[in-house]
Amino acid sequence: MPVSHATASPVLDYSSTGQPSARVAIWWFIASEIAIFGGAVACYLLYRFEHPEWSEAASHTVQWAGATNTVVLLTSSLLAVLADKAAGAGDGKGAARYLWLAVLGGLVFLGIKTFEYSHEIHAGFTPLSEPHGLFWAFYFLMTGLHAAHVVGGMTAMAIIARGAAKGKHLGRVEVAAIYWHFVDVIWIFLFPLLYLAS
Amino acid sequence: MLFQVERHRCQRYLGFEMPEILGSCSTRDMYPLGDAVMFEWFEAMPQSISTYGGQLDDLLRLIVWIVGPWFLLAEGVLFYCLFRFRERDGVRAAWLPADTLKVNAFILVPAALVLVCDLVIEAASDSVWHEVMIHTPENTSSMVRVTGQQYQWLFRYPGPDGTFDTADDVVSVGEMHVPVDEPIRFDLQAKDVLHAFWVPELRFKQDAVPGRSFDRWFQATRTGNYDIGCAELCGVGHTMMAAELIVEPRADFDKWIANNGEVAQ
Amino acid sequence: MTSHSQPQSVWSRYIFSVDHKVIAIQYIALGLIMSVIGSYMSYVIRMKLAWPADPVVGFGDLAASQYNMLVTMHGTIMVFWVAMPILVAGFGNYLIPLMVGTDDMAFPTLNMLSVWTFILSTVVLLISLFVPGGAAAAGWTSYPPLAADPRFSGVDLGITLWILAVALEFVAFLMGGVNFITTSINRRAPGMSMWDLPLFVWEEIMASIIFMLSVGPLVAGAVMLLLDHNFGTGFYDTAQGGDPLLFQHLFWFFGHPEVYVLLLPALGILAEVITSCSRKALFGYKMVVWSTIIAGLLSFIVWAHHQFISGIDPRLAFPFSLTTILISVPFAVTIFAFIATLWGGSIRMTPAMAAAVLMLATFLLGGCTGIILGSAAADIYMHDTMFVVAHFHYTMVPIVIFAPMAGFYHYFPKMFGKPLDGPLAWLHLVGTGIFFNLCFLAIFPLGFMGHQRRISDPTQFGYIDGGESLQILATIGAIGALVSQIPLAINIVKSLLSDRKADSNPWKSTTLDWQTPSPPPHGNFATTPTVYRGPYFYSPPGIEADYLPQNLPQVDAPSDQVQASVSEPKTIPA
Repeated sequence: MPVSHATASPVLDYSSTGQPSARVAIWWFIASEIAIFGGAVACYLLYRFEHPEWSEAASHTVQWAGATNTVVLLTSSLLAVLADKAAGAGDGKGAARYLWLAVLGGLVFLGIKTFEYSHEIHAGFTPLSEPHGLFWAFYFLMTGLHAAHVVGGMTAMAIIARGAAKGKHLGRVEVAAIYWHFVDVIWIFLFPLLYLAS
Repeated sequence: MLFQVERHRCQRYLGFEMPEILGSCSTRDMYPLGDAVMFEWFEAMPQSISTYGGQLDDLLRLIVWIVGPWFLLAEGVLFYCLFRFRERDGVRAAWLPADTLKVNAFILVPAALVLVCDLVIEAASDSVWHEVMIHTPENTSSMVRVTGQQYQWLFRYPGPDGTFDTADDVVSVGEMHVPVDEPIRFDLQAKDVLHAFWVPELRFKQDAVPGRSFDRWFQATRTGNYDIGCAELCGVGHTMMAAELIVEPRADFDKWIANNGEVAQ
Repeated sequence: MTSHSQPQSVWSRYIFSVDHKVIAIQYIALGLIMSVIGSYMSYVIRMKLAWPADPVVGFGDLAASQYNMLVTMHGTIMVFWVAMPILVAGFGNYLIPLMVGTDDMAFPTLNMLSVWTFILSTVVLLISLFVPGGAAAAGWTSYPPLAADPRFSGVDLGITLWILAVALEFVAFLMGGVNFITTSINRRAPGMSMWDLPLFVWEEIMASIIFMLSVGPLVAGAVMLLLDHNFGTGFYDTAQGGDPLLFQHLFWFFGHPEVYVLLLPALGILAEVITSCSRKALFGYKMVVWSTIIAGLLSFIVWAHHQFISGIDPRLAFPFSLTTILISVPFAVTIFAFIATLWGGSIRMTPAMAAAVLMLATFLLGGCTGIILGSAAADIYMHDTMFVVAHFHYTMVPIVIFAPMAGFYHYFPKMFGKPLDGPLAWLHLVGTGIFFNLCFLAIFPLGFMGHQRRISDPTQFGYIDGGESLQILATIGAIGALVSQIPLAINIVKSLLSDRKADSNPWKSTTLDWQTPSPPPHGNFATTPTVYRGPYFYSPPGIEADYLPQNLPQVDAPSDQVQASVSEPKTIPA
């Protein structure tokens, strides 16, 4: 039977499917985000096939930075998994600690990204540059959109970590972790498509 | 630049004044099939002056003849039910057994018939589309380049040397001359934004896209002057972007080319 | 029963409320306000087309640039700021929790954020009307290069704000969509299987799914347009290696499913009204659900029928023409099923039922004229003519205006606890029906004449000569239809101010939303209902009453028909 609570916690209310509502919701949300990034990636791929000369432009991306960032995000995702495990065991403080570390990973990612962007802009590789400005337009669009989602994920993890540290809403840690994994997976697609010239 | 057309369509097409019925002139006399037309709507179409126009009109008629009865049937059943099964004292609504195939067949069988009708329409449509948009006539080369720009149509002819972009090209602003009864191939281009080349009497329409060139064709069967419109929103002057298609005998066309039309090179 | 306590202040009760019913009414009210603005724009457009050389009464001299702005904003407002909030978010928010038997949406705070994001998007859009250069004027479709370069359109900030407003609107509905899907799937009352859901809830689930999966590419495309417009990037610029046609694909990949995002809730409203007013179960309920799922899937592969002559490879016309024509089949199933529901019924012609009939009768013409447009070859002639305009008004107006009217007449007593006046309702509906048909039946022949879209002066083109009387008839129809809304407005005000009280279930409906007081209190149900049967047990044999509410324990009903299973609610694994 349904249980009513003074504080609305999706995890504690009844569920017709057996899944917590927040988990159902985050997957549908991620489906819509896949459509957004999928659309952007599809456009990029269509153009890339039309413009094989873009591989020259792609060679000016900072490969070591991209590769490092991939490792950073994967590690950060691992930390999110550990946070989820801790929350599942009821350890709010542990979960919060891991979440904050994951946020730190995101910060490192953004730091490296900032370095990359300033390097590329100083070197004259911008969306309006000649030649191949359109490649750089896609590069900044897609990585910029992704970075915005990194910021969003970090914000969500920070908010949820604060609650978790007090032992509240531990069910939300899983949702934050799922979203963070998604942000990571998007990067796993972007890195080879943008950085690794064919 | 403004292209005020003050022609009475009936007068132009039929050579004499016809009484206007709700604004449309009957094309009945132009079309042997005119009398078979169900609806006033078809009579609103201007006469067809291209070789493929008749096919397109026949397709439209086919679709209306297939879809029309379905429409009337559905409306008829709808209103019949509303009347026949209106609320009356002592009469209780029927109770149907739950979703079974036997019961749902009442819907699925008509839906299958709709599917068959759809496929017939699709088959008919495909051949007309092929004729207009994919097929190109043999042994013709492009003889005019149509360029849409904000807010006029430019027509460039290769001139006596047969090559575009040479000194003897003929460029006409707002007037497209073509010889009658000959296949005309043309390149459709745009300078700035999207436009669309639209000649109702030819039954032809195609968007013009900057950076692209489309190879299309038509064959006009009747001399006369016909309006060209732009059928893709292109800015504040979209409504003023009219031009004129002048279909004339080959001799007159050659004379116009030789006299350079309105040259603007 | 509620998971959050009754709010106290004006702010938390009416303005920043998290109650789905308040949020629903906020969406509907904003949609109605925007419909007034959008309708005024359509009035000016019709006046200009009927008398192109004269200034417009109630507006003044109308320049061609302003005309372009009006057609753009009319379309934009009607689709995104009237249709979406009223149909999807308004009725969806109000009815879903009630129909599934729960106290509120799964995420009430997210729901409040979504409506406020929507309000913000509305403000951004309205501001765009007053900035230098005016509001967007590149069509509601906003094709580049016209929309991508201010030098081409003459509009700079207006288009930027338009893009931002639409993007915010998308965000609002993504948030809302998550709520609708999750609540419908996960917060059903005990005993309510998916097949016990009222059709309206199924339709809202599918509309939300379609929206959430189709809008993504356009979000990407809109950002690219924004960058082209403001920073000169070349996503859609051939000179820089881009392609204007890409935007069209991104737009219509969303744009076509979007019309089904609107159609499905409208059909859902119709199902509730028709079953209740005919005292008869929905014909072929499961068949309709499966059919709608198929239509939803098909809707993702028809989009290029908006682009047959746009310059895409002509060979693509065949597959898209085929899928477009095929999609008529599942919708035929639904429409036929609705009509078959009437067969053998006992039909009470309430104003809601009359509006539902008006919707069906007019939508049929819209759907049938769509077949012509689905044929690529026929579309050579009809594309971008007034035939298209008449076609989509014969689909959109029934969907966006007539179906919500039916919903409104049916649900007003539930929402506000007061009945609506009958004669005023009939005056409203008869006037609307007559004048709407007059307007758009006159526009079809203009399309056949070759009258292209988005021109402010039809006298420039000889093939439209003689169409003047049709234009005037259409304008009379438009004005008449707008004037016919006055009885509705009077009715609403009069009823809200009156002391009359409506029953909790005046239409004797079976679904859970009617098994509550009118209006439902905060938390909806005193105790969680238990569901014993499907949604449309009207006139079951063997009992005296002509309806069996879903939550009434089993009473003398034929056992082979009634849902015997009362499934236990599932618990979350530890």
